[in-house]
Amino acid sequence: MSEPQGRGFWRSEAATGLYLISPTALFAILLLAAPLATTLLYSVFTDGYLEIIPRFQLCNYIGECASLKLDAATGEYVQDQTYLGAWSDPVVMTLMWRSLYVSIFVTAATVIFAYPVAYFVSFNVEPSKKSLWLFLITIPFWTSYVIRVFMWNVMISRTGVINSTLMSLGIIDEPLRMAFTIQAMVVTLAHAYAPFAILPIYVALEKIDRSLLEAGQDLGETRFTTFLRVTLPLSMSGVIAAVLIVFIPTIGDYITPNLIGGGKIPMIANMIEVQMLQADNRALGSAVAVSAMLVVGAVSLLFLFLNRRYLKGNK
Amino acid sequence: MTSSDKPVMIEFRDVHKYYGDYHALRGINATIKAGEFFSLLGPSGCGKTTLLRTIAGFEGISSGVVLVDGKDMANVPANKRPTNMVFQSYAIFPHLTVEQNVGFGLRRDPRSKEEKMRAVGQALEMVGLAGYGKRSAHALSGGQRQRVALARALILKPKVLLLDEPLSALDKKIREQMQLELIKLQREVGITFVLVTHDQEEALVMSDRIAVMFEGNIAQLDDPETLYRLPKTRQVANFIGTMNFLPAEILSEAGGRAEVQAPGLGRLTVDIEKQISSAPGTGQTTIGFRPETATLLFDGQAATDRESMGTVSEVVYYGDMTYYDVTLDDCDAPIRMSMRNVFGRPVLDIGTRCRVGWSPGAMVMFR
Ligand SMILES: Nc1ncnc2c1ncn2[C@@H]1O[C@H](COP(=O)(O)OP(=O)(O)OP(=O)(O)O)[C@@H](O)[C@H]1O
Ligand SMILES: [Mg+2]
Repeated sequence: MSEPQGRGFWRSEAATGLYLISPTALFAILLLAAPLATTLLYSVFTDGYLEIIPRFQLCNYIGECASLKLDAATGEYVQDQTYLGAWSDPVVMTLMWRSLYVSIFVTAATVIFAYPVAYFVSFNVEPSKKSLWLFLITIPFWTSYVIRVFMWNVMISRTGVINSTLMSLGIIDEPLRMAFTIQAMVVTLAHAYAPFAILPIYVALEKIDRSLLEAGQDLGETRFTTFLRVTLPLSMSGVIAAVLIVFIPTIGDYITPNLIGGGKIPMIANMIEVQMLQADNRALGSAVAVSAMLVVGAVSLLFLFLNRRYLKGNK
Repeated sequence: MTSSDKPVMIEFRDVHKYYGDYHALRGINATIKAGEFFSLLGPSGCGKTTLLRTIAGFEGISSGVVLVDGKDMANVPANKRPTNMVFQSYAIFPHLTVEQNVGFGLRRDPRSKEEKMRAVGQALEMVGLAGYGKRSAHALSGGQRQRVALARALILKPKVLLLDEPLSALDKKIREQMQLELIKLQREVGITFVLVTHDQEEALVMSDRIAVMFEGNIAQLDDPETLYRLPKTRQVANFIGTMNFLPAEILSEAGGRAEVQAPGLGRLTVDIEKQISSAPGTGQTTIGFRPETATLLFDGQAATDRESMGTVSEVVYYGDMTYYDVTLDDCDAPIRMSMRNVFGRPVLDIGTRCRVGWSPGAMVMFR
């Protein structure tokens, strides 16, 4: 490699690289880093009436906090209501746990359902028809998520498709209670995220050299044990990607609890919404948001750590 | 070279294989003996891999019978067959270490863990990879992967080891070294080896017997020397080495000998005793000979057998060898001959008149 002539850095390869990524980098800084930094700052500032006061405090996270209010007479801030910090508030903790286990259920359901589909498309569909299948799998994305959630409501409500069918067939006398349950939320979310899980698993399966499967059988394993010893470990990178892609957004999902849960089983995102907008406590809302982020981060890292041996690059 | 008293290990009886409409194997009949180094040789697409895979059980057959060690393999799945395969791409499991790869097939083995580890160590030693056990499989060179694939198959002590072009991905030096190692290994372990290759030199060097395949048929099955000396068809003769072909007219035939008249050579007698497929009767035929069986005669040199006059029409210099194309008098097509270069002897120029020494004993007759 010959050194480019003169003018050091601005002509170097590194600089070219920076020019090339600059539009994306700007975009990322403006739209991702800036809001994140703001949220972080808000979470350690003090709540005022319709404003946020840049006074550092940690009680939004733990302990008891007080909102401030401007006293018109003195021009000083005086204490208003008090509230509990995110980790000290049992309500926040309940919602955090609920979000966590709902999303773990959703992730498990989605991946367990997605794997056979991806496997089928990768191994059993003729090569010329694979893109058609992938295309069909993405069709649910053509309608808005809100509409798809409503569709589920139509299916499972008291007077919905499933209940009325079962009742008219005489299989049940009373309508089943499906709407407004956690199970209904899990099903809805699992359905919504299925393509996100199918695609990375499919990609991982496609990368597997088919002669490895023959080698497995040649060395005495049945098709099933070959799957366990060869196919599954080699597709784990896709499974891990699928898990993260489904888990991370579902823990912060906000529409499904509102529409399917009917607002009766709120999750952590609903709590954030209430604090930010209805209760006008952006400091606490931000602290809850940051806490949720930490939980997602911690669970994801733990998951990656447990599966670290599958992530070593294999050619 | 062959030992006909050895028991039969693999037998094909009229094996046909169709891929949809395509007739990939067209009535294969052959036997492979126990302990033999057997090669399937042929051009790309002739069905070598397909035939090998019918032994391994990865490919079903449309009709016929495949017997391994006397048992019909029709309903025996790949994982139950007494065969193991070294794949063309080696098929090393990328998520496992070298050791785990080699020990992959030992899961059901009743031996203790320590004994299995010892067996893995021995297998690695046998292929010259002692001490590589803990390496991750993708940190290996092509030649090393190949050795892992060999060790992984041989550790199971199969009755038959199947190798699909195992050396084609290696460069020339390592390939030649691996050829010799494979021969040595085969003699040591005494397992029947069936090798697929499209490299005629490799097949000649390594095999006890070779089946030459064209378009789903076995054209000839013989030991390397017979195959080279007495090819049964022009196609086989051309695929293995090079051969000069000359038109000839049969004058008479008796007692396994044929009297022929060939332009450029004159009248000569060809021994056709061993050439079963070429029993010709009379009329037009083709005779052939290998380039190295003819020689240019320099000043004062006398022919050992017969000689003809010709003109040099092409010269290709190779360092240790020179290839000459010579057009014989009364003959249209030039013949090729290879001459070892001897110190002090000139390389002839194009257009030079020359004498060619040849021998009727080296002639092969084709229909
Ligand atoms: N799965 C398949 N479906 C259809 N045709 C096939 C299939 N596998 C092989 N063939 C055809 O059968 C013929 C023989 O294939 P095979 O792989 O045995 O060739 P080969 O002799 O091993 O050639 P090469 O030296 O190129 O590996 C080829 O013409 C090939 O196109
Ligand atoms: Mg092949």
